[in-house]
Amino acid sequence: MSGFPILSLMLAIPAIAAVACLFVSANNARWIALIATLVDLLLGIYLWAQFDIGGPQWQFVENMPLFGKFGWALGIDGFALMLIMLSVFLMPICIGASWIAIEKRVQEYMAAFLVTELLMIGTFAAQDLFLFYIFFEAGLIPMYLIIGIWGGANRIYASYKFFLYTLLGSVLMFVAMLWMAQYAGTTDIPTLLNTDFPAHAQTWLWLAFFASFAVKMPMWPVHTWLPDAHVQAPTAGSVILAGVLLKLGGYGFLRFSLPMFPEASAQFVWLIFGLSAVAVIYTSLVALVQSDMKKLIAYSSVAHMAIVTIGLFAFNRQGIEGAMIVMLSHGLASAALFLCVGIIYDRLHTREINRYGGLAINMPKYALFFMLFTMASVGLPGTSGFVGEFLSLAGTYKVSTTITLLCTTGIILGAAYMLYLYRRVVFGDLTKDDVRAMPDLSLREVALLAPIAAVILWMGVYPESFLAPMRGDVATLEARIARAAPAGDSLPTAGKPVAPAAHHGAAAPSAAHGEAH
Amino acid sequence: MNASILMVLPELVLTAGALILMLAAAWGGQASTKAISWTSVAVLIGAGIALCGPSSSGGEAFDGLYRADAFAAFSKVLIYIAAGVAIIIAPRFFQQTSGDDLRPEYPVLILLSAIGMGMMVSAGDLLTLYVGLELQSLAAYVLASFMRRDTRSAEAGLKYFVLGALASGILLYGISLVYGFSGTTLFSLIAEAYGAGHSLGLTFGLVFVFAGLAFKISAVPFHMWTPDVYEGAPTPVTTFFASAPKVAAMALAVRVAVEAMGPATDQWRQIVIFASLASIIFGAVAAIGQTNVKRLLAYSSINNVGFALVGLAAGTEQGVAAVLFYMTVYIVMTLGSFIVVLQMRDAAGEPVETIASLSGLSRSRPGLALAMMIFMLSLAGIPPLLGFNAKLAVFDAAVNAGLFPLAVAGFVASVIGTYYYLRVIKVMYFDDPAPEFQRSGSVVEGGLITVAAVFVSPVGWLMLAPLGVWTMTAAKALF
Repeated sequence: MSGFPILSLMLAIPAIAAVACLFVSANNARWIALIATLVDLLLGIYLWAQFDIGGPQWQFVENMPLFGKFGWALGIDGFALMLIMLSVFLMPICIGASWIAIEKRVQEYMAAFLVTELLMIGTFAAQDLFLFYIFFEAGLIPMYLIIGIWGGANRIYASYKFFLYTLLGSVLMFVAMLWMAQYAGTTDIPTLLNTDFPAHAQTWLWLAFFASFAVKMPMWPVHTWLPDAHVQAPTAGSVILAGVLLKLGGYGFLRFSLPMFPEASAQFVWLIFGLSAVAVIYTSLVALVQSDMKKLIAYSSVAHMAIVTIGLFAFNRQGIEGAMIVMLSHGLASAALFLCVGIIYDRLHTREINRYGGLAINMPKYALFFMLFTMASVGLPGTSGFVGEFLSLAGTYKVSTTITLLCTTGIILGAAYMLYLYRRVVFGDLTKDDVRAMPDLSLREVALLAPIAAVILWMGVYPESFLAPMRGDVATLEARIARAAPAGDSLPTAGKPVAPAAHHGAAAPSAAHGEAH
Repeated sequence: MNASILMVLPELVLTAGALILMLAAAWGGQASTKAISWTSVAVLIGAGIALCGPSSSGGEAFDGLYRADAFAAFSKVLIYIAAGVAIIIAPRFFQQTSGDDLRPEYPVLILLSAIGMGMMVSAGDLLTLYVGLELQSLAAYVLASFMRRDTRSAEAGLKYFVLGALASGILLYGISLVYGFSGTTLFSLIAEAYGAGHSLGLTFGLVFVFAGLAFKISAVPFHMWTPDVYEGAPTPVTTFFASAPKVAAMALAVRVAVEAMGPATDQWRQIVIFASLASIIFGAVAAIGQTNVKRLLAYSSINNVGFALVGLAAGTEQGVAAVLFYMTVYIVMTLGSFIVVLQMRDAAGEPVETIASLSGLSRSRPGLALAMMIFMLSLAGIPPLLGFNAKLAVFDAAVNAGLFPLAVAGFVASVIGTYYYLRVIKVMYFDDPAPEFQRSGSVVEGGLITVAAVFVSPVGWLMLAPLGVWTMTAAKALF
């Protein structure tokens, strides 16, 4: 690759723009934020275009041992590339979604979002253990402010819960990182990925990382911060929370837990599977009875994330690829659903499902988009959701039939709560006057939703574009964890081999011959 | 003898400066306050320059009574900076606050205290230690009650004096036991006595010495004076208390632990671990209910001392370097947040100290609120601020020394502390604006806040590598 530090540039642009936002008028801040995020999107596309599929595992590597104990080490593989793409793709949309909805303290709002973007890209690109932790944890600060300043009525409770819950999860991981750095004598992630930690230590390290990632993910039963945070956050906050921040947990499992502690991962497969199966069924049922749209989508996120975790811990190619696609797909679909909620919330200022109804009549464009995103969330073939969930469950099936059976009910339940939501909001008669007065999508809103819709269909129809950059990394990961892969519970027995093709002509008469006897 | 004199040059500069300025104050009276303040700062800078000579690398002076090494020099730089800031911020505070005006004795007392602190960090003998400690403390008692007509200030001074005297008594008792059972007051010979074998008397001496030192660094369970004194003392004095003497006492504790009682590490480690965890947890829990911002910062300092002690508990070179690094970052955060507190004045110009008065600060004074948020998050140890790197250093040292449970417990307890730091941010950013503070318009204070905020912000990462080298050099001087 060229020596140009493109990843640093992608981090520097939002950083500079965030500072600039604080010193200009509200309207200029909006434009600065939009332009900065669009530039980052362009850089992201350039990154993807330049990414050498099948090339070295780590590309665009930068390494400057600047800070004594840790260095400014950046670099991406296929997983990181895809998640960075997701971040830079959603960011301009977030800015656009807040264009009118945010009226007070616009400068600080835009600055907070730009800082969030910086930290997300940094988390995915970091190649140093401590640098990763810094980006990972620092993300709490802007999100705390976004929820607390621009959130709903109960924002303060939600902001505290979000911050303290996730921080408590992470501190144990940090102590584990200190131990790892001491054991391996380095904080370089690519080196650590190939370090074999002793088995008894792996158990503890895995649990410490699990404490952090399970909260971020979020996995049942530590998911309770998520509905609160989502409901109280402003629309764009929910979008970024669901779209990217929830992916940090999955990325963490993929980057740290699995390749660094394969034996411990295998040892705890039962834990992951058990929690995930409970999460899928329990949170889907909870979602079914929600009266608040955002809460419903928040619970559905927990269920989808459980599909990610079972896929990851299936220890095989389908499972891991499926988990990545579910992450990307969920990032797009749930982000779009939160935008859809935000669009009607801006008009009626309520998220109560019962207050709506019959939107298909006066908001046909809206109904169309909402339908597409609902279907993507349900996992209809042709949308991105299907590809991911199918692969993930297919991978899991090789390991555990029971768990796959339980988790597949999530797809049915998902269809139930999403279609039920859709029916109540969009179908039915247009009985309420204030709902009747709601205008259809504006050009700005179409511009926000259309790109997401396009990518969801792209991923559903031709997932190869998204799988190709990750293929090599999945293979590397699979090879790394193969030694610990758990045996499947299906215990397939070898069937009778069909007769070899060469003797095909002779086989038929001999069979007939046998029958004759 | 000449070599010894050269090694104590910083103290000589300070002593001469303090005595001359004292005379100048006596004759110049109230009018000379400003001139004396600035001259004092110049004297501190002069002492800092004097550190470049043999006083940072000379070794032992006066037959081992005094140590002139990199460790002492590093601590003295921090002490002089903190003392200088405490002098610079005082005139405006006293001028605007009704009650007593600033008198020229104030900078002189701080200089005297700085001499005492310099002696403390350079002590190579229990008597040097005690003389330095008392010189520092006596000046501090007077400073605490500097606003004579303010009953809270007088109360703070008296309380500090009584409890300080008690702590000195405990320390002296410990010193006498150590002397009695080892037959010497020199650190190097005491270390030999501890190395020679177990002795109940020496162990008791160790316990009492550590108890006395724990009082000075306000570690739990000897912390109870801190909130009252911090709240009652005039804010510039509190700023001073929270910064320079903390560094001096912590450096002294490190030196005594490593140089004099190094062979007994296993004995004092238990005490340090207990004090550390107790400070972290108590400092965090007790701060939750506070409504006064100075009291809150007092508990915050107890909490932070607990973290610094984690590095000492490691008892290694890395641990000592981590303590120095922690204290460096700590005084910057503390100075910064106290100068923000100095800006809290109602419309009439009187100081206000309730956390509630910070309400909505982000809208009335966005820059000030941003700086305060940076200090709070840094004190809480949230990345990417430098307070996190400080915690990283001490816990890294602890883990490398095998103190894994301590690291886990300390780090988990740090989450409790985060809650009250977040509360300050919540008040500033989420709540509706309270009446706006009167603007001080002071360029110096604004500049100091900016420098401190930039230092603990990610820009300060660039300082990590040089600071790492300096603290390590300083730490090596002890081993």
